[in-house]
Amino acid sequence: MPFGNTHNQMKMNYSAEQEYPDLSKHNNHMAKVLTPAIYDRLRSKQTPSGFTLDDVIQTGVDNPGHPFIMTVGCVAGDEETYEVFKELLDPVIEDRHGGYKPSDKHKTDLNPDNLKGGDDLDPNYVLSSRVRTGRSIRGFCLPPHCSRGERRMVEKLSNEALDSLTGDLKGKYYALKNMTDDKPVSPLLLASGMARDWPDARGIWHNDNKTFLVWVNEEDHLRVISMQKGGNMKEVFNRFCTGLTKIESLFKEKGHEFMWNEHLGYVLTCPSNLGTGLRAGVHMKLPNMSKHAKFEEVLKRLRLQKRGTGGVDTAAVGGVFDISNADRLGFSEVELVQMVVDGVKLLTEMEKRLEKGQSIDDLIPAQK
Amino acid sequence: MPFGNTHNNFKLNYSVDDEFPDLSKHNNHMAKVLTKELYGKLRDKQTPTGFTLDDVIQTGIDNPGHPFIMTVGCVAGDEESYEVFKDLLDPVISDRHGGYKPTDKHKTDLNFENLKGGDDLDPNYVLSSRVRTGRSIKGYALPPHNSRGERRAIEKLSIEALSSLDGEFKGKYYPLKSMTDAEQEQLINDHFLFDKPVSPLLTCAGMARDWPDGRGIWHNDNKTFLVWVNEEDHLRVISMQKGGNMREVFRRFCVGLQKIEEIFKKHNHGFMWNEHLGYILTCPSNLGTGLRGGVHVKLPKLSTHPKFEEILTRLRLQKRGTGGVDTASVGGVFDISNADRLGSSEVAQVQLVVDGVKLMVEMEKKLEKGEAIDSMIPAQK
Repeated sequence: MPFGNTHNQMKMNYSAEQEYPDLSKHNNHMAKVLTPAIYDRLRSKQTPSGFTLDDVIQTGVDNPGHPFIMTVGCVAGDEETYEVFKELLDPVIEDRHGGYKPSDKHKTDLNPDNLKGGDDLDPNYVLSSRVRTGRSIRGFCLPPHCSRGERRMVEKLSNEALDSLTGDLKGKYYALKNMTDDKPVSPLLLASGMARDWPDARGIWHNDNKTFLVWVNEEDHLRVISMQKGGNMKEVFNRFCTGLTKIESLFKEKGHEFMWNEHLGYVLTCPSNLGTGLRAGVHMKLPNMSKHAKFEEVLKRLRLQKRGTGGVDTAAVGGVFDISNADRLGFSEVELVQMVVDGVKLLTEMEKRLEKGQSIDDLIPAQK
Repeated sequence: MPFGNTHNNFKLNYSVDDEFPDLSKHNNHMAKVLTKELYGKLRDKQTPTGFTLDDVIQTGIDNPGHPFIMTVGCVAGDEESYEVFKDLLDPVISDRHGGYKPTDKHKTDLNFENLKGGDDLDPNYVLSSRVRTGRSIKGYALPPHNSRGERRAIEKLSIEALSSLDGEFKGKYYPLKSMTDAEQEQLINDHFLFDKPVSPLLTCAGMARDWPDGRGIWHNDNKTFLVWVNEEDHLRVISMQKGGNMREVFRRFCVGLQKIEEIFKKHNHGFMWNEHLGYILTCPSNLGTGLRGGVHVKLPKLSTHPKFEEILTRLRLQKRGTGGVDTASVGGVFDISNADRLGSSEVAQVQLVVDGVKLMVEMEKKLEKGEAIDSMIPAQK
């Protein structure tokens, strides 16, 4: 946890070698990239808000590796982190986002009409559909680093924006401090400081239909989620784009924009969420497919990933998997949701084949 | 967890009202003392190593209250924390340590010969006896705040000091990061091994950072004297054994501790100590002697007696579960130890445990026979 240590003024009295973390048992993106030489060059730097290298990496030092997914092992404390610590973060981003180069440009496309199909995923297999992203409000530090005052201001501004939504999006805010709630327990989140002062200024907003939600001050300033039971991903994505675009214009009206640039797209706390910040997915039954020898290979070729139904660091239960896009950066929102729609359709076909004891070899796709 | 937030340069752009934590559901010493005015006064200060007010209090914000014990809710990051943040910490200390005033002086007495009795606690009831304390090495930041370089330097110094112990104290160091499975299992079976802190009281204060780097356990060949390196304090020194011979445990404790202190002094690294606060440790509750002397004792009847809590209070003792500071008791076996740390000496505190446990065992025996214990209820010590 990047506490006191990370702003301890005595540490510069110790050599880089004495301060360099022991990463010998580690398996995350930060550990793969951070050499003693890079540590030495960056350890005296800080962003304008005071975020240090040790702040960036503490979560990766404290969490050597994860059984289910290759973790990133570093976080941003503010928008400038990605600039001040680019020597570490550019290689992490490149490794995580399929070779994305420092000179690459990212494309944003939130026009739901550009999605082909997606309204007919088989509800016998696809139990629910969901699209989420995150947004950061420019001018405030991010959850690992923000002060209580900043966090409360983010909550206040969010409430003002969300209160003015109408129609299908009209809803209500539920402050966590007035409810019994879950504190984040994932050590990935705890070690980076995002649980500080819980549940102060945290809350959930949702529309009356409970199909559009906004989490305030969890892992990002805002997490925007569109979801519903069944397989109509098109409708989920429509609502997602409409709602998100509306929220963004409401913030702009008040003089606040989202952190975005043409290289990294939307800037979020975790480098894994840069670009679109978008995870579109379904909960689907794949009891046969998931036991097939080529399951992992098929997912990889479809540019999809699997998770348990409890979220990022859980296991699958009862043959039901969370299947979502693996990419975030270097593809647009429409492109990523298209991959999910097409990929889930194919996986459903494969599951049906295997149920009947038939082979799926002719269905194995090429690498997308 | 006092992370980035606690050194966030922008927070002073926000008013005291905007930054003051919500302590409305809180029940710890820090929450009782910290007013908005006090927060406003201290919020822009920091110690020479950069420890801020928010660093001090974060654990108390993130842990509103504890079902078993009144927690302190604040920690020191270095020796100077107790000076720079005295406006907060003096009242916390006073509240926690029975009215101890900023002008009071603390007495150290590690002469085990001054203890009366203590070698005959009934082993049918007293399963084990233990005395622990902590020590901080001057010139280094404390576990909530120290850097990896500092922590490793403390480990190195500790190994050098402990390696030179001989006789009954001769032993070996087991660094946590290179412990074999077999060593780990043995240390767990011996009840020596400390886990990565999972208690949120400790994790929220930053003491689990970089685990297990720089952490380890040293113990003598007889397994009766241990030193934990870089857990909640720089050093935790523990003397323990099965049965009720607290006198022997305390003798070994005092002798071993003084040997260790001499060696550190020879290397020009004394322990943090002053005549007002005694030994300086991470948690304000451990100031003074830092000593917890206690037993695991079977009190199935007494523990269900309506006056149990009252008796403990009067004897200046406290109960815990047998798993440590925030656990529940199992099977009628309790961890009974001194409640005080500051304002009385080591000998005085262990004396309270010895005398108090003797009395409670007598009470337990009476209750077993269905007799009343009313005549035995002690006066407030």
